[in-house]
Amino acid sequence: MSILPNILFAIILIIGIGYFAKNVKKLIRNIKLGQDVNRKDNPSARLKNMAMIALGQSKMVKRPIAGFLHIIVYVGFVIINIEVLEIIIDGLFGTHRIFAFLGGFYDFLIGSFEVLALLVLVAVIVFWIRRNVVKLQRFWKPEMQGFPKNDGNYILYFEVVLMTLFLTMNAADFHLQYVSGGFSHYHQAGSFPISQFIAPIFDGMDNSVVFMIERTSWWLHICGILVFLNYLYFSKHLHILLAFPNTYFANLNPQGQFDNLESVTNEVKLMMDPSADPFAAPANPDAVPAKFGASDVQDLNWVQLLNAYTCTECGRCTSSCPANQTGKKLSPRKIMMDTRDRLEEVGKNIDTNKGTFVDDGKSLLNDYITTEELWACTSCNACVEECPVNISPLSIIMDMRRYLVMEQSAAPMELNNMMTNIENNGAPWQYNQMDRLNWKNEN
Amino acid sequence: MSENSIKVPTMAEMMAEGKQPEVLFWVGCAGSFDDRAKKITKAFVKILNRANISFAVLGTEESCTGDPAKRSGNEFLFQMQAMTNIEVMNAYEIKKIVTACPHCFNTLKNEYPELGGKYEVVHHTQFLKSLLDDGRLTIEGGQFKGKKITFHDPCYLGRANQVYEAPRDLIQKLDAELVEMKRSRANGLCCGAGGAQMFKEAEKGNKEINIERTEEALSIEPEIIAAGCPFCNTMMTDGVKNKEKEGSVKVMDIAELIANAHDL
Repeated sequence: MSILPNILFAIILIIGIGYFAKNVKKLIRNIKLGQDVNRKDNPSARLKNMAMIALGQSKMVKRPIAGFLHIIVYVGFVIINIEVLEIIIDGLFGTHRIFAFLGGFYDFLIGSFEVLALLVLVAVIVFWIRRNVVKLQRFWKPEMQGFPKNDGNYILYFEVVLMTLFLTMNAADFHLQYVSGGFSHYHQAGSFPISQFIAPIFDGMDNSVVFMIERTSWWLHICGILVFLNYLYFSKHLHILLAFPNTYFANLNPQGQFDNLESVTNEVKLMMDPSADPFAAPANPDAVPAKFGASDVQDLNWVQLLNAYTCTECGRCTSSCPANQTGKKLSPRKIMMDTRDRLEEVGKNIDTNKGTFVDDGKSLLNDYITTEELWACTSCNACVEECPVNISPLSIIMDMRRYLVMEQSAAPMELNNMMTNIENNGAPWQYNQMDRLNWKNEN
Repeated sequence: MSENSIKVPTMAEMMAEGKQPEVLFWVGCAGSFDDRAKKITKAFVKILNRANISFAVLGTEESCTGDPAKRSGNEFLFQMQAMTNIEVMNAYEIKKIVTACPHCFNTLKNEYPELGGKYEVVHHTQFLKSLLDDGRLTIEGGQFKGKKITFHDPCYLGRANQVYEAPRDLIQKLDAELVEMKRSRANGLCCGAGGAQMFKEAEKGNKEINIERTEEALSIEPEIIAAGCPFCNTMMTDGVKNKEKEGSVKVMDIAELIANAHDL
């Protein structure tokens, strides 16, 4: 047997994995453009979150139909990948079904892959129907036009093709295993609870044709997997990898607790310190004063940027958002999509400018996210609660409000009045602080 | 009992007498100034008086926690408010705070510690529940026996701080029929006031959030919509009025339910 196919396989594998690795490097670099935030504390609670939410899919099943179907596809994806290991070994060393020596256990493995493959096919078809026929509202929001809409369908088509190739390959293999007198190296191995029902279509076909079908399916299947792997970086489907780090590094504090800006604390302390010398020379005169809040992706922290890459645009956040439900422009999913799009734009800018970002006159604020969206948020945390992988669109909204208010003094007029009241009389309304206890004596 | 017989000592008075109360009642801006919320404040005080709880308020020394400023993005104003309040409370050596406002509750509990204000902070429904559990307060159904009551979860009590049961336990102690809206507990729909929305007009849309929520509440036909937040109370009251149902559906705070059950 020629070793040409093995060399070809090795080359395809190296290109496939190499290109993916290159993009992963870019992904990590982009995420690191974010500000530092400490999410390394309490590793046991973080591991538990990851185990429950990413591995255990605990938040997915809050919506039972989608949750159940998703678990099928997820389990199918994880388990069928054991088969990919065999395919890679076979491909590199010219073997055929190298794990067949496992005997009964191998039969069990192949059998369960097949059952899962069928279930995945069914689940994926239902997903497609939900998107395109039933037209679930959350898949048809304004931000889901163009690529985001197609992206969702491409992923489903990919999975249909991969599963079909997998079952065709097995069916052909099964057919050849039982050819009277045997055919080439196709000895009996594995059990085929699903594909045995496909196999009859090969009856009467020339063995060499069936062999060609088996080989073609095998090659297309593994090439398809490599293409799919490389598609991830450009797609919302990245969540299959990033859901794990994302849930690990997610916020552990109560959802109502917003961070206190340290740079502000220092200034306020100085203001309130009676012994502070207002004319003292700054400790570090060249220090650039901290920017308050976020107007662009570099001002966000790296977890928020990781969130953006992790988002799979399922829209549960948007469908639970009170502002969105009542027709406001705000969509928490769009906040995440915009953040990722802008981050990608900044990343490309850095690539073309040999490693440094050259101001392109654009920013996340205004060019992507409008103030109208930001001011529509009630900070109710419904989006954070809903997200199956613990993304926080709210934290981005808040950081951008901080920029609007503290850097640009651009709060809506009524909020400026409210804040002036707090400054002047310690309440959001115009009441005298000295009247605070009047209720005691009122009837 | 007449309205004016409530006892509301201030921290300053307590200190002058050399006393330290068991708990500080943080009244909040709505509870101090808003006509509707002041009734909640008084109802809660009446319960405290009846249970002989040693408490005090800051009175004129209290100032906004800074919550609406922080949610608007004004971290400066928030921290100024926080540090001023912390200075006052630390001077009085406050250990425990109870408040009837989930926004004050969340801010005091979660955002003050890092700035030097470390207290045990409870929502008034949690406090009442603990009084009940310790046998310091008894609750009778009274006029609410058998009444259909639904509870609207305040975002800053529920999702923000995972307090879902205390208010419900109290409603059930009234022998009332607790009915749940489709969106409740962690799935509760906001009343529309959070994130400083209380103080501004909503952005352009096709509906007000409080109307959406009120419609949901009215769809299960309760006699009373119970709230645990002065802002939710306002939003739901407005919603009920908008639907012209104020004759048949009341919006009441949990503290008012308990005080009224006792004819306080």
